[in-house]
Amino acid sequence: MSERTAVRNTVADPDTASGATLADSPRRPDFEQRQRPLGPRLLAGVGKHCVLIGLSVIFLIPLVWMVTGAFKTAVDLNASPIVWFPDKITFDNFVQAAQLFPLARYFFNTFVICVLSMLGAVFSSAMVGYGLARIPWRGRNVLFVIIISTMMIPFYVTMFPAFEIWRSLHLTDTWVPLILPHWLCVPIYIFLLRQFLMTIPKDLSESARIDGAGEWQIFTRVILPLIKPALVAVGLFQFLASWNDFLGPLIYLSNPKLYTISLGLNFFKGEYATEFGPLMAVSALAVLPIVIIFFFAQRTFIEGITLTGVKG
Amino acid sequence: MTTTTASAPSTRRPGRSAQARHNLKWGLVFCSPAIVGIVLFTAYPVLRSLQQSLTSATMLTPGHFLGLQNYRDLMSDAGFWNSLSNTVYILIRAVPLGIIVALCLALLLNMNVAGRSFYRVFFFVPSIVPLVASAVIWSYVFNSQYGVLNSLLGKIGVVGPSWLDDPAWAKTSLVIMSVWGVGGLMVIMLAGVQDVPAQLYEQAKIDGAGVFSRFRNVTLPFMSPHLLFALVMGLIAGFQYFTEVFVLTSGTGGPAGSTMVAGLYLYQNAFAFFKIGYASALAWVLFVLSAISAVIVFRTVGRRVYYGGN
Repeated sequence: MSERTAVRNTVADPDTASGATLADSPRRPDFEQRQRPLGPRLLAGVGKHCVLIGLSVIFLIPLVWMVTGAFKTAVDLNASPIVWFPDKITFDNFVQAAQLFPLARYFFNTFVICVLSMLGAVFSSAMVGYGLARIPWRGRNVLFVIIISTMMIPFYVTMFPAFEIWRSLHLTDTWVPLILPHWLCVPIYIFLLRQFLMTIPKDLSESARIDGAGEWQIFTRVILPLIKPALVAVGLFQFLASWNDFLGPLIYLSNPKLYTISLGLNFFKGEYATEFGPLMAVSALAVLPIVIIFFFAQRTFIEGITLTGVKG
Repeated sequence: MTTTTASAPSTRRPGRSAQARHNLKWGLVFCSPAIVGIVLFTAYPVLRSLQQSLTSATMLTPGHFLGLQNYRDLMSDAGFWNSLSNTVYILIRAVPLGIIVALCLALLLNMNVAGRSFYRVFFFVPSIVPLVASAVIWSYVFNSQYGVLNSLLGKIGVVGPSWLDDPAWAKTSLVIMSVWGVGGLMVIMLAGVQDVPAQLYEQAKIDGAGVFSRFRNVTLPFMSPHLLFALVMGLIAGFQYFTEVFVLTSGTGGPAGSTMVAGLYLYQNAFAFFKIGYASALAWVLFVLSAISAVIVFRTVGRRVYYGGN
């Protein structure tokens, strides 16, 4: 067990988190290749690439299919045998989708929910993580265990009573139930940030205390800047989670003006199930921001997953 | 309070307790979001849901006390058993398959290949596509007439089934779709593969161990915590499987109830039929089932898990 903790702590080190990624820095020199002559080495290399390219194609086909589908005419979409890359690229699907589907509104709605949830998750998890990791108070371990064990309780157990609470407050059919809980407690992020905070030397807070700083000042001025990489990871996670959330909006929102992309897309699919063109166009637009964010924040993302996974 | 804090440094014991009180106060202040959140959105809902499962509550009326009647009704409800068996069917295929695919991809990506960060992105991207969007994409991929899957199968001379429209194939379609989103698990496996000590591989190689033997005796033992984690998480997530089916079948669980999973059955009872008491009982049964299966996995598979070399 102790070894696993040690491993966890080295991985959770904020310095390495901002630096090279896990997968890009091979820890193990490839002795196998150094020993072999050029011929077999080349052959092995080609073989590996063939397997990887083949698998990538399988994984990417549905996405490529969606993106190209968005630019195909109805004739090309329903052609048999299938047309992979159409001769004629059309934007009609997007035009049609924009007429049938209040794209701008749904994007705006989703964006507001995502940003507000993200801010809440980052701030509250950092606060609670600080309270658990850096202030030695009686009961903090008990609270930590409680927070961790709440992760075991499935969403469907707490779903209706939570719904009742919001209904009694007349807050169903608003965004509040989709945002506010993230300002209170997201156990997995608390867990992750607590790990990060434990790795920061105690002396740092002590010297700030001697200089007369209060807890709040230490938290905001000293600690928060130090754990920025972890905060970014948590923020990305929450943004993604809110962007992908379906059940939450499905339960709470009934006014179409408040719909998120996912919810809108589902109803759009229900109504235009046979018109794949506009459906593909809207789906492509729903995926686009996520893919863009991922490409820019790839490292943080993957490190965050590894951390919150087995190690975190 | 303030006077104690001010006079604290003079003697030792009050100083200590003042410090403790100061820490307790700030600890509680910093943890207050979690305390409020847990009381409001976990503790209260859990107790309330347990209580409701013993009543005939609907969405609008509190109902009256029934004792264990809801649970008894569930046991004689064919719809419940169907939804449970569908869930288990999907679970026992999708979870192991997902783990195997994730492990294979991780092993491939751990080799020294140029451009592996690109490959990593390719495998990972499907897992971040919003579930609703991926359900839309796959409904088209699975389309029996215009879909890309049957078209590709046709090229190798296989006449594909009508996937989502065929009760015999609908669940398999869902399993295929879930394996597509295995990227997150792959990243966890990749981290595990990279934790395997390099010297062990070299030693095994010197001892004449082949590729398979090295995988069996070096990689697998070191990966076993990751595999156990994936198995337990997969199990727990499997019992909550919902969104994909809801979107793909427009909330019906069709064709012919073949994809009516427990999560969807629960949702229908609660938000379509408003039977909150009954749905709560169902929620608790699912919770207990997933907890029991997680414990069984820990007891059986967990024993073989190897933690570190000392």
